[in-house]
Amino acid sequence: MSPETNNKRDPVDGAEEYDVVIIGGGPAGLAAGLYAARGRHKTLLIEKGVVGGQIALTELVENYPGVPTVNGFDLAQTMLQQSESYGMETDYTAVSAVERAGEKWLVRTEGGDIIAKALIVTSGAEYNRLGVPGEERLTGKGVSYCATCDAAFFKGMDVAVVGGGDAAMDEGIFTSRYADKVSVVHRRDELRASAILQERAFANPKMDFIWNTVVEEIIGDGQVTAVKVRDVVTGQRRELPLSAVFIFIGQHPNTDFLKGLVKMDNGGHVIVDEWMETDQPGLYAAGDVRQNSARQVASSVGDGVTAAIAADHYITNKFTHAPGPVASAVSD
Amino acid sequence: MVKPAEVNDAEWEQEVLKSQLPVLVDFWAPWCGPCRMVAPIVEELADEYSGKVRFYKINTDDNVGTASKYGIRSIPTLLVFKDGQIVDQLIGFRPKSDLKRSLEKALS
Repeated sequence: MSPETNNKRDPVDGAEEYDVVIIGGGPAGLAAGLYAARGRHKTLLIEKGVVGGQIALTELVENYPGVPTVNGFDLAQTMLQQSESYGMETDYTAVSAVERAGEKWLVRTEGGDIIAKALIVTSGAEYNRLGVPGEERLTGKGVSYCATCDAAFFKGMDVAVVGGGDAAMDEGIFTSRYADKVSVVHRRDELRASAILQERAFANPKMDFIWNTVVEEIIGDGQVTAVKVRDVVTGQRRELPLSAVFIFIGQHPNTDFLKGLVKMDNGGHVIVDEWMETDQPGLYAAGDVRQNSARQVASSVGDGVTAAIAADHYITNKFTHAPGPVASAVSD
Repeated sequence: MVKPAEVNDAEWEQEVLKSQLPVLVDFWAPWCGPCRMVAPIVEELADEYSGKVRFYKINTDDNVGTASKYGIRSIPTLLVFKDGQIVDQLIGFRPKSDLKRSLEKALS
């Protein structure tokens, strides 16, 4: 979603108007859509790819309360069907820019202009890259950001997972079903991952841990054959021969198209109040795009619901926002 | 509606490399989530470009020979062929507009 196109054009005459427009079809957006549509608001969800966001790439979601284990893609499809069954519309297009249009919002998309009385941004986050030589050139040739997609191509081979968080452990454990050896390369001497995932990773006989170590280069001619790593304590460099590098070193929010429009922190996360409202009345941000998100399916769903309830209040009270009445509207 | 046909190692040369029309091949596997995201987009394009471009799917689990011949290490991977030569390669989930651009380039 880059802001380079359509910025200066006048809104198309007859641009379709919605009560609530939601940008991004991950769990936060799908939950917001469910509540907005059930509130009988004319609701549009805009998604640039296919719904689900990051969970669409997650093999098993096992921490969404009430659902013991579910494939991430299937969970997203179920959420979509549920929201659409109450009248939410879905448009598969990319947003290029958002502008104020009086009391309303103008959303520029590749498919045309849309007017929104209230706008909920749930555009999520994207994985970070290492930014080392060889990484871009060998992406899809042994460099991967999705073990569930690519691990099966490395049956019986040695691979590395870079990172120490939940995603790194989850995907490392998954990769060990195929690979002979999974080396976790982590820049610190302890993991950030949740305790249960750490237990599983340490107990996994195929996984070993290379602490205090960073990747400096990914080597290969056509296919990955090794990585060059450096121990940050001793400064010692060495090469690890392997066939794949799975990279899970955090994420950054997809907020480029909002730059200059709303208040953000240095990392590009949108700053919101407890009702998910930004510093711009009628503009909400929920899920991984907002500051201090817990970055879970369940918390994103909660954020989306909160934003939809606040947007409902904003629309039905003719574009006025006061935190008190929002709270009382919920307790009704 | 025209749907992408399944192709296998044995039929590869005849169906893909010797095709008179440009060909888009979707390398996929049943366990791959993003492949399920790409599949409906490829199906829509197969219909839109019917008569101009041929569309195939190849299951990389069942057709290891072709997958390794083309160095497939990530799926979904879409390869676009013209006269038996690769003219474009799209790795990972990509929006429909990217796929259309690639097909238009192959047709020009």
